[in-house]
Amino acid sequence: MLRDITIGQYFPGQSPIHKMDPRMKIIATLLYIVMLFVASHPLSLIVGIAMLVLMYRVSGIPMKMITKSLKPVVPIIIFTSVLNIFFVSGDPLFQFGFIEITRQGLMLAILMSVRILCLIAGSSLLTYTTSPIELTDAIEILLNPLKKVKVPVHELSMMMTIALRFIPTLIEETDKIMNAQKARGADMESGGLMQRAKALVPILVPLFVSSFRRADELAMAMECRCYRGGDGRTRMKQLHYSHRDWIALCIMLVSIAAVLLLNRILA
Amino acid sequence: MAVIKTENLSHVYSEGTPFVKTAIDNISIEIEEGQMIGVIGHTGSGKSTLIQHFNGLLQPTSGKIYIDGEDMWADKSKLRDIRFKVGLVFQYPEYQLFEETCYKDIAFGPKNMGLDEGEIDRRVREAAAFVSLSEEQLMKSPFELSGGQKRRVAIAGVLAMKPKVLILDEPTAGLDPKGRDRILGQIKEYHQEEKNTVLIVSHSMEDVAKFAQKVLVMNRSKVFLYDSVENVFARAGELSQIGLAVPQITQVFMELKKRGYPVNSNVYTIEAAKKEMIRLLEKGGEVRA
Ligand SMILES: Nc1ncnc2c1ncn2[C@@H]1O[C@H](COP(=O)(O)OP(=O)(O)OP(=O)(O)O)[C@@H](O)[C@H]1O
Ligand SMILES: [Mg+2]
Repeated sequence: MLRDITIGQYFPGQSPIHKMDPRMKIIATLLYIVMLFVASHPLSLIVGIAMLVLMYRVSGIPMKMITKSLKPVVPIIIFTSVLNIFFVSGDPLFQFGFIEITRQGLMLAILMSVRILCLIAGSSLLTYTTSPIELTDAIEILLNPLKKVKVPVHELSMMMTIALRFIPTLIEETDKIMNAQKARGADMESGGLMQRAKALVPILVPLFVSSFRRADELAMAMECRCYRGGDGRTRMKQLHYSHRDWIALCIMLVSIAAVLLLNRILA
Repeated sequence: MAVIKTENLSHVYSEGTPFVKTAIDNISIEIEEGQMIGVIGHTGSGKSTLIQHFNGLLQPTSGKIYIDGEDMWADKSKLRDIRFKVGLVFQYPEYQLFEETCYKDIAFGPKNMGLDEGEIDRRVREAAAFVSLSEEQLMKSPFELSGGQKRRVAIAGVLAMKPKVLILDEPTAGLDPKGRDRILGQIKEYHQEEKNTVLIVSHSMEDVAKFAQKVLVMNRSKVFLYDSVENVFARAGELSQIGLAVPQITQVFMELKKRGYPVNSNVYTIEAAKKEMIRLLEKGGEVRA
């Protein structure tokens, strides 16, 4: 049941997007987000939607994964839309008593919802097509300049790698402990708030105990293999930009230009 | 009547993602009451998946399970009662302990059953005695015990519920030979006293030979064989083809028979081997047929 969560799930594949350099994928994703935010007219967002469809097509990730990744943000979208529709002042479209819907409000609601949807779906594609290890490697390299101002970039990325690595393990473990307690008749689905909170104890205690044990073991194992921070550490897999990365960058830049142009025309 | 019966039971993990995996495929078996059954098979052959269906922790993707003739998933509100009837001890159960003392941890199951104080106390002590935990150990924190002792506490936690069917998933994994024999002996003793049905998942044919009346051999998500110990071990050739071996001592006797000695090849334990050897030696001169 817990396993059905897809946040940050990686779908191995061989598409051009999978093969892109993870650094460029991160840059492209950032550019995509920039593009969504420079679009100031709902119609210029069509470029954003078109790009999204194109990217999913190329990557071979099933379109239904989009809906899966969007499910958790639906309440936020509904909430912001309602606020925008009813509380933005401007030229009224309809009026029922004191409720007034304005053209600007409606436009803003559409703009914001499409933006959020594209944002989530677009950045999900990054994690669908990039393994967590590649991702943290790329982040480490991209953030390298910050080392000059004494930001512990390597340590941060190592922490992130470890955290990402252990999410599935932790989910699996939670599932297992929950099942084991259910087999002993633990009842987690009924009762009031207090009762449910209490029912969590038999799950949380073993989970904490094993997390600490695991952290201990991992630290020991890393020390046994002489891990001592990032200084002088080399990589087995060197990252290289290739043609496809530059092509992807160009496509992104062109689409931002297109959005700016559309903004001009439509304004 | 069979306590557990499955009809075309299948389970598919992660359906609709690139990671789909049919863990058990079209399984139809019947488990008779009062038997002790060994479940054996390669890593990943679906043993754990199968037994988690028996107490309703996993819902079949297709097919049916009957407990005492009743369809398990017909009425979901009865699921919890089924879990009291079919007790399941997981692989590495020591990681599920959570209470301050072993006593309280063992009492968790009986308490959930809604038993009264006196009965809970009686059951905890009885279960603790079965796995030979001392009074002093009962009052300790489970986190202060050794791995093997923790394992016994966890098993006692399920024994205390007195399930009609007791299922153990590799109860001896990671223990030394002595600890292994001890736990298996305790389970067997419990079975003889309670006359309940016991299923034990194991990787070791030697262990299965020691306790089981019937063996369920799983291979690649399917039931490969489900028969009495004699009949299963008689098919040593097929078993070795799927990478499982009959006990070493049985192999020795099969080889002796092949070379013309008048021995029975249905010898699965050292005990039986000893008897058979003595019988053979007493025959004296006419050793070679
Ligand atoms: N929760 C899960 N999600 C996805 N796949 C799973 C899950 N649990 C098991 N599997 C897969 O199902 C198959 C059967 O697993 P199962 O745990 O039943 O094997 P097993 O026979 O118990 O093996 P072992 O002897 O190693 O315990 C394996 O290939 C495994 O990868
Ligand atoms: Mg298993």
